[in-house]
Amino acid sequence: MSATIVTTLDMKGFACPLPIAKTAQAIRELAVDDLLEVLATDPGSVPDFTAWSASTGHELVERSEEDGVFRFLIRKG
Amino acid sequence: MAATAEAVREATEREARHVPHRRLVIMAWSGDLDRVWPTLILGTTGAAMGMETTIFFTFWGLFPLVKDDVRITGDNWMQKLLSTMDRPGLEHVKLGKMNFAGAGPAMMRKLAKEHHVASPEELIELAKDLGVKLVPCQMTMDLMGLHREDLIDGLEEPAGATTALLEAQDAITLFI
Repeated sequence: MSATIVTTLDMKGFACPLPIAKTAQAIRELAVDDLLEVLATDPGSVPDFTAWSASTGHELVERSEEDGVFRFLIRKG
Repeated sequence: MAATAEAVREATEREARHVPHRRLVIMAWSGDLDRVWPTLILGTTGAAMGMETTIFFTFWGLFPLVKDDVRITGDNWMQKLLSTMDRPGLEHVKLGKMNFAGAGPAMMRKLAKEHHVASPEELIELAKDLGVKLVPCQMTMDLMGLHREDLIDGLEEPAGATTALLEAQDAITLFI
């Protein structure tokens, strides 16, 4: 199964609550099972995206970090 | 440090799996920037999390909803005096402490811009877009002589305490 990333949301440099709020806006435009990639530098986004995923039912498929950039891969639920 | 961060993460995940409240109600009582800001941050976040979110604006909390270009509000001299002493509009909100005749809020907004923190103006637009219900308190409007046309667009119909408390049932309720 190789799903492709439909949209990438670049939230690098932005502080709470923008990464989550903009993600909520972006995911509305997607279809169920579409993948959304979010890039962020706010360290608070790590617990926030986990909590957001659990709360909304959109699955956090992947979570990684490279050079201070957090990458979240979300499947629309 | 790493262990602490991991513990926090685990606790967050554990907490996040258990979400009993699906509704958020905020009573926005204050017109101070340092309260208006967290009100809008929590409101937009609640909506982003899929919570049905309502903010009731009452007392001083109503003045930030006045259009920035409306200088004087009120029908009689007492109500007019209020708006003269304390200029309404989101652009003109003051800090609860360290206001320094407006220098405090200006510096706070500058810092926020540098740190890419959304401004209250940006947050209120986000809130509307995410479906946050922004409800002005009818009683305060009457008391302070505020009219619907004095207030910004995109608000719900003015309502009273009964509506606020009805909405607050089974909701997380914050008084800010």
